[in-house]
Amino acid sequence: MNSLILRMIAGRIVVTLMTLLIVAIVIFCATTLLPGDVVQILLGQSATPEAVAGLRQAMHLDQPAALRFLLWLKNLATGDLGVSYVNGIPVAELIGNRLANSLKLAGVTAALSVPVALTLGITAAILRGTLVDRLVAVVTIAVISVPEFMVATLAVIVFAVTLGWLPALSMTGDVTTLAGLIKAFAMPVITLSFVISAQMIRMTRAAVIETLSAPYVEMALLKGASRRRMVLHHALPNALGPIVNAVALSLSYLLGGVIIVETIFNYPGIAKLMLDAVATRDLPLIQGCAMIFCFAYLLLITIADIVTIVSNPRLRHA
Amino acid sequence: MSVSLSSTRPVRRWRLGYRISPVGAVAFLVILAWAVVAVTAPLIAPHPVGEIVDFDFFQPMSAAYPMGTDYLGRDVLSRILFGARYTVGISLASVALACLTGVTLGMAAAVIGGAFEAALSRFLDALISIPSKIMALVLVAAIGSSMPVLILTLAVIYTPGSYRFARALAVNVNAMDYVTVARVRGERLGYLIRAEILPGIVGPVLADLGLRFVFIVLLLSSMSFLGLGVQPPNADWGALVKENIGGLSLAAPAVIFPSLAIASLTISVNLLIDNLPQKIRDRSADA
Repeated sequence: MNSLILRMIAGRIVVTLMTLLIVAIVIFCATTLLPGDVVQILLGQSATPEAVAGLRQAMHLDQPAALRFLLWLKNLATGDLGVSYVNGIPVAELIGNRLANSLKLAGVTAALSVPVALTLGITAAILRGTLVDRLVAVVTIAVISVPEFMVATLAVIVFAVTLGWLPALSMTGDVTTLAGLIKAFAMPVITLSFVISAQMIRMTRAAVIETLSAPYVEMALLKGASRRRMVLHHALPNALGPIVNAVALSLSYLLGGVIIVETIFNYPGIAKLMLDAVATRDLPLIQGCAMIFCFAYLLLITIADIVTIVSNPRLRHA
Repeated sequence: MSVSLSSTRPVRRWRLGYRISPVGAVAFLVILAWAVVAVTAPLIAPHPVGEIVDFDFFQPMSAAYPMGTDYLGRDVLSRILFGARYTVGISLASVALACLTGVTLGMAAAVIGGAFEAALSRFLDALISIPSKIMALVLVAAIGSSMPVLILTLAVIYTPGSYRFARALAVNVNAMDYVTVARVRGERLGYLIRAEILPGIVGPVLADLGLRFVFIVLLLSSMSFLGLGVQPPNADWGALVKENIGGLSLAAPAVIFPSLAIASLTISVNLLIDNLPQKIRDRSADA
């Protein structure tokens, strides 16, 4: 670790924070585009003008948008996400449990798919051009080219309808026993794993193949190392940076996939919460959920970039 | 996300001087077929789109109803043929809008440079870091999901990516001597980007348009599947999957065939772009 690397990382984090600010502005603007008066909608047609004026003042809607944005940003920074329009419960309270559920789902998926995807990606790179490699390529392209809900419906048809191993819908049975827990998690995790593994396999394969084209690998080949030894001992340690980068980027696909998966399997996570909020136009809840998703996404791509900086051997001795 | 299968396939030289692989040709035919279906749906659909043809719902495939019937007993084949209009039409309109805006801004940014380019790039890069589905959810929640709004929403979401791609290409062309000459000659911005920059980047830009079309089809289908895209009584392919999802536990063809329709379109576009002649595809992979 030298000062150049530290400076680059610091620069990257500043960019992330700036991006987060712009994202907050965009989300705030988008959610205040709503045609019609929020207060009027909340109170209904029969509201007296006094009640409307009162609530408008209480919600700071009588102030200019820029001021409201700063107020919202200040509250956001202190963890106050506002109060739901629909049921008056603080948004942070609504999100808390759901976020934990979603993180559990994401954690299990990552723990399952990262080792599988890395193994397949590296194997495909070693066996480049063979039937195995071609097969992996075709399957991953197919998974990437179709919407997530199609992967989910196919998984249900295969595992629940044809094989009868798992229930088609999640979170219907008990989650107290281990078997019940596995059954509840199985379908969402399988679906999500397919979606992110496809990305991860392709990126890992590309990373390893790029390293394999380096001169020192050719040297290892000329010295008589086996193809297996060449990949595992010479190429892989140097491909580690790009591979971790690929993993972090692939995990960001979880964010999109989770919306579909939580809906189709009725999983009580944050994406389902946000979707319900969209249906009821509960703007503070939508803003809160959107900021959490954007933050998670930015976090993952920032980690990916920082790993790239740290693992660049050219910077190490600069 | 350009997709590469294999570069060692047998290739044929056509009169145009382009190398066209059989996979690319088949993919092109599938896309062409869906385009024809989208235009001629009312002529070739065996039943009117809303007609309940059978009181039995979620029927399996039969001679009378080649793709079975849906949850109300409507002919699935007819509904898929009509659904092509919405899926292909909306996606095409959005991708055209997104690329027109993105590429124009990208070329303008490359030519103007300076603070304009820096500010625009910073802003649009920030937009890229909002996951597309989240952005779509926020916009639909804010302004609803009528058809024009849907097209605009999808276009807004995919403009930043198009901008970034076009700008990266245009910056290289902008450094060419002939552009400098044109600038010294005193040509205006409009002429510079239209007559000097655009011809140099049009191939990769078209390939990028195809990839972006796939993303838009996927996002539109997902939005419709969530009930936030095309609204009933109209239905694109995503909405067809959503309305028949109840038949999933029966493995009804009404759920499977709309999904297959989406897959056939998106996979074909991916394969077509992947098998495009290298001349056109040049540089389209790295963005």
